[in-house]
Amino acid sequence: MRTTRSVLLAAAGVLAVAGVTACGADGDKDAAAGAVTVKATDTTCEVGTTELAAGQITFSVRNSGSKVNEFYVYAAGDRVMGEVENIAPGLTRELRVELPAGAYETACKPGMSGRGIRGALKVTGESAPKAVDATLAEATAGYQRYVTSQTAELLTRTGEFVTAVKAGDVARAKALYPVTRTYWERIEPVAESFGDLDPKIDGREEVVEEGMEFTGFHRIEKDLWTTGDISKDGPIADQLLTDVKAIVAKANAEKLTPLQLANGAKALLDEVASGKITGEEERYSHTDLWDFNANLEGSKAAIAALRPALEQRAPELVTQLDAEFANVEQVLGRHRAGDGWKLHTALSTAELKELSDSVNALAEPVSRVAAAVAR
Amino acid sequence: MSNAAPVSRRRAIALAGVGVAGVAGVAGGAGALIQGAADHASANPGAAAGAVPFHGAHQAGITTPAQDRLHFVAFDVITKDRARLVAMLQEWTAAAARMTAGHDAGVFGAVGGVPEAPPDDTGEALGLPPSQLTLTVGFGPTLFRDAQGRDRFGIADRRPPALADLPHFAGDALRPELSGGDICVQACANDPQVAVHAIRNLARIGMGVVSVRWSQLGFGRTSSTSREQATPRNLFGFKDGTANLKAEDADLLRDQLWAQPGDGPDWMTGGSYLVTRKIRMQIETWDRSSLAEQEQIVGRAKGSGAPLGRRQEFDEPDFAAPDADGQPVIPETAHVRLAHPSRNNGAHLLRRGYNFVDGSDGLGRLDAGLFFIAYQRDPRRQFVPIQTQLSRHDAMNEYLRHVSSALFACPPGVRDAGDHWGRALFG
Repeated sequence: MRTTRSVLLAAAGVLAVAGVTACGADGDKDAAAGAVTVKATDTTCEVGTTELAAGQITFSVRNSGSKVNEFYVYAAGDRVMGEVENIAPGLTRELRVELPAGAYETACKPGMSGRGIRGALKVTGESAPKAVDATLAEATAGYQRYVTSQTAELLTRTGEFVTAVKAGDVARAKALYPVTRTYWERIEPVAESFGDLDPKIDGREEVVEEGMEFTGFHRIEKDLWTTGDISKDGPIADQLLTDVKAIVAKANAEKLTPLQLANGAKALLDEVASGKITGEEERYSHTDLWDFNANLEGSKAAIAALRPALEQRAPELVTQLDAEFANVEQVLGRHRAGDGWKLHTALSTAELKELSDSVNALAEPVSRVAAAVAR
Repeated sequence: MSNAAPVSRRRAIALAGVGVAGVAGVAGGAGALIQGAADHASANPGAAAGAVPFHGAHQAGITTPAQDRLHFVAFDVITKDRARLVAMLQEWTAAAARMTAGHDAGVFGAVGGVPEAPPDDTGEALGLPPSQLTLTVGFGPTLFRDAQGRDRFGIADRRPPALADLPHFAGDALRPELSGGDICVQACANDPQVAVHAIRNLARIGMGVVSVRWSQLGFGRTSSTSREQATPRNLFGFKDGTANLKAEDADLLRDQLWAQPGDGPDWMTGGSYLVTRKIRMQIETWDRSSLAEQEQIVGRAKGSGAPLGRRQEFDEPDFAAPDADGQPVIPETAHVRLAHPSRNNGAHLLRRGYNFVDGSDGLGRLDAGLFFIAYQRDPRRQFVPIQTQLSRHDAMNEYLRHVSSALFACPPGVRDAGDHWGRALFG
């Protein structure tokens, strides 16, 4: 359940930027004319200037230290604009990189590990023209296929759930409830972008405004788990199916941008952090971990679609994302119960904190994906 | 960071209206990222708004004249990956150097990055001066070995003997979830927003590597760490810290505050050991005790702060002086007597605690007290014997409850831009 519509940023265009490295013959060779000198030691990283004009820029990196060094230029989100590796002590190597106007960070990495010694770099002037990136086009197409597959299943499952509710079959409706919601939760940010339908389908009792009826999944959840009386829920169930049909049609028609994928991946984790770990989402059924898992799977699917682009643009971010997705899956995996998940109420505070920590650890790198795919 | 001149918070604000909309797409706010124009106008160490140098032989925030506000945080390390922990400490150090100088936590800052990315600074300190922010790091016993005795990061053999778990003291009512921790950061500043901003940004940088275990806000210093400062009052209404170790006491600082060569592992030489205790005060019952009882408990006059039987605050207490009935003027159970170096083998502490009020408890009582902070060369010879005495005999105990306790080894200072927190420990 989301409260505000995502701000969609227009700039979906992409700059193809290639970092090219060249090796100086040896340490005695003069730096190339016009090159920015970088004096690297084991503890310092002195870049000759911190402000440059946009265009092709050459860095001449001299390693005066005792450790093998590396030099990087990063854009926001640690996106690698260019790098030169394996600079042995005493050697000078060059990095040629095309830098459009913007804010960057430079980094020397003595010993080739860690974040390195960072510095700010500002590039001014005109931006280079934008180019279309085929990997990003493929990313949106791939994710669109995922959305279509999930909405098809959502429709089927909602139909079964509605049938059970209308038949008064409480046990079957309870069993179908978390399964049906899985397909909703996986693509929640897409569905939620249709502001009028979302509260009707997924609104919790406290978000229902004056003059609006409490309907949808959570209304039926309340009846199933509190009174067990669903004899009057037939019209609500019918309306739920109608609304889900409408939102599925809209979701399938929606043309997504790479930025929306990235922001959607983050939004899904925000859902986990603010609604599922607290047990607010499924306050009657306590099936929050089903939603948690579905949000996580949806987030992973969006990131997976962007992966080829990210591997080019931010390889270190990909490594971090892989590790953190694996970590959350492992921590969450401890709470499996049969084919499903333990109830939220069965987890201790310490277990919930551990889940919260793992989601925060994942959400930080996921929040950097948007900047990496935005240009 | 030798080449970095990060955007100052003040600069960022001043430039925010300049307008960079013409810079198409690539870097919406990049115009605000000014290089080589660091604003040191406010870097007057004497001014409450100025900056305290981050680099040095000792960490700032120990003998630094105690600032008015505190945000203290203890973290659990949640990664098993030593390299990740060290990388985070590096990143923390760079952010700490920037923030203590009055700059944003990250190079791009709160408003200097691209519009699609979350800012690398959270922004609530934009426009605020450095406010004498100091950030002091410490490493707890559990960083070296966990509860099961496992050597977590291959540093168990570097645990200093002085970092020995504190014993149970009489009357301790410690809450485990508010006690201990693998790493601490003490943020002190003259503006509470600056201190909170610093801890918030460090916690954010640390996500996935560390998790906040507990944290504490303090709103008024209860000790002076310099003779330039007047002695403040704690929530009992008494001057606190009159006999504190102070920055001017060079010989005592060497003997009592800083770990010396040969004391323990070399990585701690020049560092100091930190004990924190969250001490809840029974405010309401204290307030209805008589002035005479309060002064007998403390051993000082409430108004002047002078030891009982003496006239001036800084007069030495006369523990032998009898009253008209032949009883000591300063009772045997008075706080000032039991805590005095003459009763503790000459042991001193450098205290820089803070008053706290965490709202009210469910019974309508003020949830308030003292967040005690003490630095020392060796807790085994200083805090432990002093607190053992106090916990057994101090008449004040009737009005106190220790609910949190922690111990940390605070390494020496970060020398320069190539150095970082934990470098000698993990090196």
